[in-house]
Amino acid sequence: MLSAVDLAAIWLTIKLATITTAILLIVGTPIAWWLARTRSRFKGLIGAIVALPLVLPPTVLGFYLLITLGPHGPVGQFTQWLGIGLLPFTFAGLVVASVFYSLPFVVQPLQLAFEAIGPRPLEVAATLRAGPWNSFFTVVIPLAKPGFITAAILGFTHTIGEFGVVLMIGGNIPEKTRVVSVQIYDHVEALEYAEAHVLAGGLLLFSFLVLLALYSRKGTRVWQ
Amino acid sequence: MKIQGSYLLAGLMFAASGWSIQAAEVHVAVAANFTAPMQKIAIEFQKDTGHKALLAFGATGKFYAQIKNGAPFAVLLAADDKTPAILESEGNAIPGSCFTYAIGTLVLWSAQSGMVDDQGAVLKKGEFQHLAIANPKTAPYGAAAIKILTQLGLLDTLQPKLVTGENISQTYQFIATGNAELGFVAMSQVMFDGKLTSGSAWIVPTNLHEPIRQDAVILAKGKDQPAAKALVDYLKGKKATAIIQSYGYMLP
Repeated sequence: MLSAVDLAAIWLTIKLATITTAILLIVGTPIAWWLARTRSRFKGLIGAIVALPLVLPPTVLGFYLLITLGPHGPVGQFTQWLGIGLLPFTFAGLVVASVFYSLPFVVQPLQLAFEAIGPRPLEVAATLRAGPWNSFFTVVIPLAKPGFITAAILGFTHTIGEFGVVLMIGGNIPEKTRVVSVQIYDHVEALEYAEAHVLAGGLLLFSFLVLLALYSRKGTRVWQ
Repeated sequence: MKIQGSYLLAGLMFAASGWSIQAAEVHVAVAANFTAPMQKIAIEFQKDTGHKALLAFGATGKFYAQIKNGAPFAVLLAADDKTPAILESEGNAIPGSCFTYAIGTLVLWSAQSGMVDDQGAVLKKGEFQHLAIANPKTAPYGAAAIKILTQLGLLDTLQPKLVTGENISQTYQFIATGNAELGFVAMSQVMFDGKLTSGSAWIVPTNLHEPIRQDAVILAKGKDQPAAKALVDYLKGKKATAIIQSYGYMLP
């Protein structure tokens, strides 16, 4: 039912979503923590930048990524200087693009979870002589666990559903940048509707089940 | 000056009212490689006939799927001669309305000057990371590029370096931004009046690929639209053919 090319696309998509989610949890946690705690006047600015991918069409993001990551762009010149070459048309490039693209889906649930904890538990932890790192790992992370689960699931599924940005900087290379959404597009374009249905139906079912599990969890609201 | 201006305005309004009896809009699906000439032709078409051509640009294969599924296009300017023929045989186009409006040429192009030599030897040397082509499954210019690489016996060695654009415009974009060092695009995208507009190029000789005959057809949706017929006639006229030739297309 699934051809080798389809399977390769599925595997690549899962790999991309997993790596992206892992990076986003590491990068997104300090950003969300800062946004939740800070009284800096830059809070609005950083919050707006993080939220941009929510409203920007993928064509805008893809177009600017293509230019900035390209040989004449600042990031492209930096990666060439580092000796790793250019990022467009590579898996690493897709990871970089996906991290930007899915950033708000990880940062915002985390930020809301951190804000919901409030200062009180940390003050209590401090009176018990817990250092900031200690209290973060023993108090904040357990209390914000639902937020982490939501963030990870949304980051993962949103990356799986990515299409426009990948189309613009991926170059449709099998096993490197041809993810499931692009493969479905190719099948539809080539009028291979049967093949398209298998992948598209599978993706629909997968996304629905994940969201069903997420929204059905007891006692937690998705966006806290 | 003011008086002259108002005369002009009155004249325009008079002309516009004259058109309005039969001026109409016509939805046209245009192969991506024909974007630049068609934009010019549409302006002249509106000036001369009053009809407005609403242009959509994309891969021919995509348009085929859209037309089959009820897209509102009245005319298709394809990047090949197969798609219009299939649409005709399937009853989605007006029988007998099909004609060749341009014959396209494929060019190996790089945005860097000196990258591509006039013999295409750069392909054999293979000193590049990425070679961009249009999606061979949906874009005739992509299929032609694959044929050329096969003829040259280079397809297997260059396969890992291929990046495919969704259509020929995206392929051009990959090369123009420098992300792919070179690639196969339509001559019309990189040449004007017989001169290369930037970078370096090799015009692929016709013994390596058949000339790409691009056919236009009036679609079933355009059956009762005089503007669709007018556009097709206009494409065969002097003004349009001059524009088409200036972009490096040949005529049948």
